[in-house]
Amino acid sequence: MSGHESTYKPGTGIEKWIDARLPIVRLVHDSFVGFPVAKNLNYWWTFGAILAVCLVTQIITGIVLAMHYVPHVDMAFASVERIMRDVEYGWLIRYIHANGASMFFLAVYIHMFRGLYYGSYKAPREISWILGVIIYLLMMGTAFMGYVLPWGQMSLHGASVITNLIGAIPLVGEQIKIWLQGAPSIGNATLNRFFSLHYLLPFMIAGVVILHIWAFHTTGNNNPTGVDVKDEKKDTVPFHPYYTVKDGFAIIVFLMIFAGFVFYAPNVLGHADNYIEGNPLKTPAHIVPEWYLLPFYAILRAITFDIGPIPAKLGGVIAMFGAIAVLFVLPWLDTSKVRSLRYRPLARQFFLGFVAVCLLLGVAGASNPDDIVIKTGEDTLRYEVALEEAPEAVAVAEAHHGKIVSSNSERVIVDFAHYEDAVEFAEASGTTAEATVKHHGLTWLPVAQLLTFLYFAYFLIIIPLLGLIERPKDEPESIADSIHKSNGSADAVAAE
Amino acid sequence: MKAFKACLAGLALLGLSPAAMAAGGTMPLSEGDAPLPDWPFEGVFGKFDQASVQRGFQVYTEVCAACHSMELLSYRNLGEPGGPFYNADDPEATEAAVAEFARQYEITEIDDYGDEVARPRRPADRFPSPYPNVQAAAAANGGAIPPDFSVIVKARPGGADYIYRLMTGYPSYEEFQGEYGDELHFNDDHSHGVLTQPAGLYYNPYFPGDTSGNWDGDPRHAPAGGYLAMPPQITDGRVDYMDGTEATQEQIAYDISQFLAWASEPKMENRKSLGLVVMIYLFFLAILVYFSYKAIWRNVEH
Repeated sequence: MSGHESTYKPGTGIEKWIDARLPIVRLVHDSFVGFPVAKNLNYWWTFGAILAVCLVTQIITGIVLAMHYVPHVDMAFASVERIMRDVEYGWLIRYIHANGASMFFLAVYIHMFRGLYYGSYKAPREISWILGVIIYLLMMGTAFMGYVLPWGQMSLHGASVITNLIGAIPLVGEQIKIWLQGAPSIGNATLNRFFSLHYLLPFMIAGVVILHIWAFHTTGNNNPTGVDVKDEKKDTVPFHPYYTVKDGFAIIVFLMIFAGFVFYAPNVLGHADNYIEGNPLKTPAHIVPEWYLLPFYAILRAITFDIGPIPAKLGGVIAMFGAIAVLFVLPWLDTSKVRSLRYRPLARQFFLGFVAVCLLLGVAGASNPDDIVIKTGEDTLRYEVALEEAPEAVAVAEAHHGKIVSSNSERVIVDFAHYEDAVEFAEASGTTAEATVKHHGLTWLPVAQLLTFLYFAYFLIIIPLLGLIERPKDEPESIADSIHKSNGSADAVAAE
Repeated sequence: MKAFKACLAGLALLGLSPAAMAAGGTMPLSEGDAPLPDWPFEGVFGKFDQASVQRGFQVYTEVCAACHSMELLSYRNLGEPGGPFYNADDPEATEAAVAEFARQYEITEIDDYGDEVARPRRPADRFPSPYPNVQAAAAANGGAIPPDFSVIVKARPGGADYIYRLMTGYPSYEEFQGEYGDELHFNDDHSHGVLTQPAGLYYNPYFPGDTSGNWDGDPRHAPAGGYLAMPPQITDGRVDYMDGTEATQEQIAYDISQFLAWASEPKMENRKSLGLVVMIYLFFLAILVYFSYKAIWRNVEH
């Protein structure tokens, strides 16, 4: 699994015997022991190893949970609580698995942003990047289906919202939806197939992870300078022990954060409604996905208008999938030859802006689209009066300090700042209309729409343009050279 | 590192914001006649107050159990570590107490001859449910189904704080001029007007809902909260505590919240004590590995 020359030397007779027949020890040695890695990798590079730990943790805890879980709509909820109460350390296994999903996504987002920042998606690492995006897609599918299994209120209604989206696809959507749900609506058939797929997908992830490692071991790791390895002796160190120990340290620090959630705040990342058993007849007030899917949920809900022949619902689905699809073509959207944003000061500013856009999309996804973000004025009392029933409404409203918002020959809309004025207006004009409360300010919907635009603009406009107009700083000659420069004279003195 | 911290802060914000959103429209739990209790089970070293859990269990049995099931609990759970009947010094006494308690309740079974027979419950049996099914529960409560209490503290934003506020948050007769249960006259800094409670429903500022439809004042200042089908349950002296504690409304609400917190998360003490060991272990391991890292890299310029 590596493009470099093998450094494995079988010592004993049995090792030579195995090596001549199945060189598996050689494969592992060359991939994870002797593999030369640029010596300047920083801590952002440790998230690859952290993700491997996350995957293994999820698979092991998941296999144990599957031994006790009952995939049936009448029993799933109780079986999960039974795991928490009656299985030896079941509470630990389940809380590790539930919080492990969040930790997995936390790590994968940092890993992806690292790839974006240091240009790890650029030639010759396009396939590594694309395989990574496939892993991310599989992770989202797995996490979504896993969230359905406890059969709480959010499980059930979240699954309903997402599978109904598929129904928005023209012609075949309805059929695919029924095929996914196993029935015309969410039910036991859905739960069973989601359980089956939730068990299958992690092994597919593991398979793609092997391809992912194979791909970037063929090209070699990227590094913070983005400069290729010129001289293996000067620029690299063997993976073991140099990076096993550095990754090991990072993994332990990450596990401390992980353990903090598992032992002291195991439910803080979840939603209280999911501890209410799923009831198809009772819809929760706000259906929200887990935090790691919120940005995409915001993009989905941002498209509230028809785009030509595309209805709004389908538009939202296209935008949501498009937000991930754009990652697949990113290597060919970027026109800059310089990989690392260290040497692209302008691109760095836009990158930080993009990170902020993603985080804000998450907040938008968690918020009700009609809620006010920025208040521009006090709430007013609004009457919509039919002139047929109250012909003098305009004059009466003006007499009582009403503000005419709009009027035509049939009706008038009027706002009142004071309750007393509104009451007097209603009595004097003789209208039967009820006052409604009108909030004044910017709601989340246009904010989410702007953020969605910015998300796509970053990939489709800014990244292609930047490479053409930006003048990058000089890249270092080599990795060894960059280390020399950054360590400066202090190290040179120490070396003497 | 700065950027890393910013990422974490952002992600924490994302994780917490749904909960913050859900609070809209009800009275914030931090606001109330009295400050929120200092729960002994919160924090890194948190433990349940067993005497309070015991009293809370008495409240559940004498008051709540008439309508609210706890389907996921068995009698044996009462005698497990942290449970109300648990006696660390005398396991046999614990077992006997649980068995004796369970015996008070009957369960109907079909025997080997096909006949219906009633037998006393054993520690392995589940708590009895007050209604045969949800339809019966709804029919007996004007269409509202009393929620199961097995995991109620985990199932409500705010947890034990919410239960405590809901129990003590019903408006009291003294506070309002009108006849209780019908019209509530509000005349405070925020709201002026009359709230007419719908038939069979009771106003509570902490219960999620919308009061504007039955509010005759300024709709912008409709009272926070909503209506629920449960009338106020907890009043001074509602139970007669076996341990002699004075049963004030606050005390009862505190005890029932603590009991329900235990029932929702019976392994919490175990979790936190194991967590401490894990954290200490990881901390020292991190230090060891960090110095190994420094030692291995000491001759490599990087």
